[in-house]
Amino acid sequence: MPNTIEQGARPTSGPRWRRALGLARSLTTPLRPDDYLALLDARWSDRELVGTVSRVIDETPSARTIVVEPSAPWPGHRPGQYLRLGVELNGVRHWRAYSITSDPGHPAGQVSITVQRVEGGLVSPYLTEQCQPGDRLFLGDVDGNFCLPDGPAPGSMLMITAGCGITPVMSMLRELERRDALLDIVHVHVSQKASGFIFAGMLRALSDADNGYHLIERHSAEQGRLHHGELDTLVPDWRTRTTYLSGPSLMMAEFEQYWADQGDSALLNTEQFQPYIGLGHDGGSEGGHIGFRVSGLEAEAESGVSILVAGERVGAQLPHGCRMGICHSCIGRLQSGQVRDLRTGEVHGEAGQAVRTCVNAPVGNIEIEL
Amino acid sequence: MQQHTGPTTAVIPPTIAGGSGGPGHDPADPTSTNPLHRLTPAQIESIGLAFQEIHDEVHADLGARDTRYIRNLVVFERRLAAVSRAVLMASRYPPAWLIGTLGLSAAKVIENMELGHNILHGQWDWMNDPQIHSSTWDWDNVSTAAGWKHSHNVIHHTYTNIIGKDKDVGYEVMRVSPKQKWEPRFIAQPVVNLILMAFFEWGVALHDLDFEAIEKGTKDPKVLKAELRAIGRKARKQMVKDYILFPALSGRYWKRTLAANFTANIVRNVWANAVIFCGHFPDQAYTFTEDEVAGETRGAWYVRQLLGAVNIEGSDTFHLMSGNLSYQIEHHLFPDMPSSRYKEIAPRVKAICEEYGLPYNTGPFLKQWLMVQRTIMRLAFPGGGEREKAPPYVAPPEVEPEPLVVSGVNGPIPAFP
Repeated sequence: MPNTIEQGARPTSGPRWRRALGLARSLTTPLRPDDYLALLDARWSDRELVGTVSRVIDETPSARTIVVEPSAPWPGHRPGQYLRLGVELNGVRHWRAYSITSDPGHPAGQVSITVQRVEGGLVSPYLTEQCQPGDRLFLGDVDGNFCLPDGPAPGSMLMITAGCGITPVMSMLRELERRDALLDIVHVHVSQKASGFIFAGMLRALSDADNGYHLIERHSAEQGRLHHGELDTLVPDWRTRTTYLSGPSLMMAEFEQYWADQGDSALLNTEQFQPYIGLGHDGGSEGGHIGFRVSGLEAEAESGVSILVAGERVGAQLPHGCRMGICHSCIGRLQSGQVRDLRTGEVHGEAGQAVRTCVNAPVGNIEIEL
Repeated sequence: MQQHTGPTTAVIPPTIAGGSGGPGHDPADPTSTNPLHRLTPAQIESIGLAFQEIHDEVHADLGARDTRYIRNLVVFERRLAAVSRAVLMASRYPPAWLIGTLGLSAAKVIENMELGHNILHGQWDWMNDPQIHSSTWDWDNVSTAAGWKHSHNVIHHTYTNIIGKDKDVGYEVMRVSPKQKWEPRFIAQPVVNLILMAFFEWGVALHDLDFEAIEKGTKDPKVLKAELRAIGRKARKQMVKDYILFPALSGRYWKRTLAANFTANIVRNVWANAVIFCGHFPDQAYTFTEDEVAGETRGAWYVRQLLGAVNIEGSDTFHLMSGNLSYQIEHHLFPDMPSSRYKEIAPRVKAICEEYGLPYNTGPFLKQWLMVQRTIMRLAFPGGGEREKAPPYVAPPEVEPEPLVVSGVNGPIPAFP
C-alpha cells in the first residue's frame, strides 16, 4: 500500500552508514535504528529531512526570507525550483510550496525561501511573523521546471516578474552572478509600491554596478499595471531574448498570449508554481454529491469545490498535503462517478481510479474510498 | 483506510418493512430487554446527534497538547524498550532478568495497545505527521498493519457485536454469545481459550485472513498466499529479533535472554487478550442479530456501539496499559478520537446514558475477566441463556465532603489559621 501522507525528503547519507543501519534494523524491527538514535539527538533521525531556521530577514513589511540549515547535506536544487515546506502549527503539520531564493552553491549549505504573507492564510502568517531562528521546519521534495537550463546560460535574457513572483528569479540571478554569467539580462519587475519590492536593495545595487544586469522597476500603484504593448519601448529586442516570466496568473496569461502572437513561444519560460485552480476551461456550473465510503460521510460540492474541501466541510478527516495537485498525498480511489480536474477542466474518472481529491471536483454523484 | 467514525451498516439489506427509521424489533426475541427496542426513532436520532456533538467538539479542539502526549509516549516506550533490552544483556543475574523482563513486557504492551492499536485506528492522523500516522505505522506484532486495519477498523468496528458479521465475536473459534449456534467443536473451547490467551497475536493475525471466506472458497487464493507470506515475513523478523539476535548479544547466557523475551511476548499476549475480551464479552454486553440492525440509522449505530461495549474500572496507569481500551464504550463510539481524550468525555457519555435510560456497562477488571471465563466455560456446551444486563445508568449521588472535625475545635479547621 502506498503511503498516503506527505513526508519530508529522505536525507542523503553515505552507503556505509546505510549498510550499518540496515544490519542494525534486524534488532529494531519494525522500527529503524535511527528511531532509537533520535531519542538521543533528534538530528540523528534518518526518516525525514529537517531544517533548522538559522536566520530570518524581513524583506518588506509583508515578506520575509527564512534561511534554513538542513539536517543532512542539501541534496541540491536547480535555480528557480520550489521546495515543499512542512510547518507544524498547533500540533498539525501543514505543507506548502515556496520558491527557493538561494542558489544551489551556498557555501554553508544553507537554503532560503522568501515568503509573502497571504491575508487570512495559515502558514504564511506564521512564517512571516512568528518564525524565529531555532524553529524546526520539514523539508520536502524540490520540484519545478521553471529554472535555468543545465549547461551554459542563454546569451541574452529577459526576466519579467511581479510581486512575489520575483522569488524563483532571485535564485537564478544569484546562480548566474556566482557563475559570473550575468552577461546581458534585462529585468522588468512590477511591485505595487517601492516599499513592497522584495530584494530591492540587492537588485538595485546589482543593476547600478552595470555589469550585464539591468533592472527596470515599475510601481503599479503610481504608474499603473504593466501592459504587454509597453515591452517594445522598455525592451525593444524582447522577441529574441530567452524570457522568464513569473507573476499573477492573469498577467501570465496575457503575456503568454502576446508571445504566441508576436514573439517566439519557445523562448518563453513561465512559472507554473501556482496552478490556477478555478472552474477549468469549460467553466461548467455543475457540482455534485460525494459519498465517502470509508467514513460514511456524505457531502455536497457546488461548482468548482474540490472533493477535499467539500469533505472537510462536513468534518471528514481526509489525507492531504499540498492541496494543489503535486504531492499525491490526498489520493482516494474512485468507486463510481466522474470528476473534473479543476486545473484543466477535463472530466475523467472510472471505477478504481486513484484521484487527487484536492484538485478534482465531482461531476454529479460520486463515491470515493476515503 | 484513514479513519472511520462509524459508517451506517447500509450494506445489510433492510428486511423489515419501513425499517429505516429504527432497528427492527422482533417480539419473539428473548433479548427484547435490549434498550435499543424501546427507544423511538426520534430518541435514537437525538442520541446520535448528542454523541456526534461530543465527537465534533473534541476534534475541533485537538492540538499541541494532544501532540505532546503521543510524542512523549512514543519516546517513553522506546526508551523503556531500549533500557530493558540493555538490562537483559546481564540476564545471568536474576534481578536483572526480572527487571528487564518486566520493563520489556510493559514496553511491548504500550507499543501494541496505546500506540499501535490507536495509531493504526487513525486516531492521530489529524496531526498529518508521517511518523505517527495510520498509513505509515507498523507494530511489534505478527499481524500486518494492513491486514489488521481491515479486519479490525472496518469489519469489527462497523459490525460490532452483530452475530455472523462481527468476526471478533469469539474470533470464529469460540462461542461467547448464546446467540451463536452451538457446534460440537466448541466443546474444546476451554483449551482453545488458553492457547489463544498465550498466543493472542498469532490468533489475531490468522483471524485477519478471514476463515469464513477461506472455507467458503470466496477468498482469492493468490490474495491468501500473499497475506500468509506477509504474516510469515513479519513473524520471521520478530522471531529473529527476540529469539536469535538479542539472546546472542547476551553471549553464554543466551538462554536466559531468550526466556525473558518469550515471557515478555506471552505477558503481552495474555494481557491484550484479557483487556480485549473484557471489552465485549462480559455479561453486560449486548449482541445483535442482523435483523435487529437492518436499516440502521446513524443514531442506532451509536446506540449499538454503546450497548455492545464494556468499560473496565481502574487507575490512570491501568488505562494507559490497556491502551485506554478500558474506555471501550468511548472507543467504540469514537474509534478515531485520540485515546487520551476518552477519560475526559466519559462523564458526558454517562450523562447521555442517564438522560435516555441507557446502561453504561462497566466493572472492575477481575470481576469482568472472571465473568468472561465463566461464559467461555458455559457456552462450550449447548444452550446457555443471556445473563442479566446492567440497569439504566444513574449517576451516583454527589457526596458532600464531610468537614473534618477535630475534637476540641469548634467547626471545620480553617485552611489558614
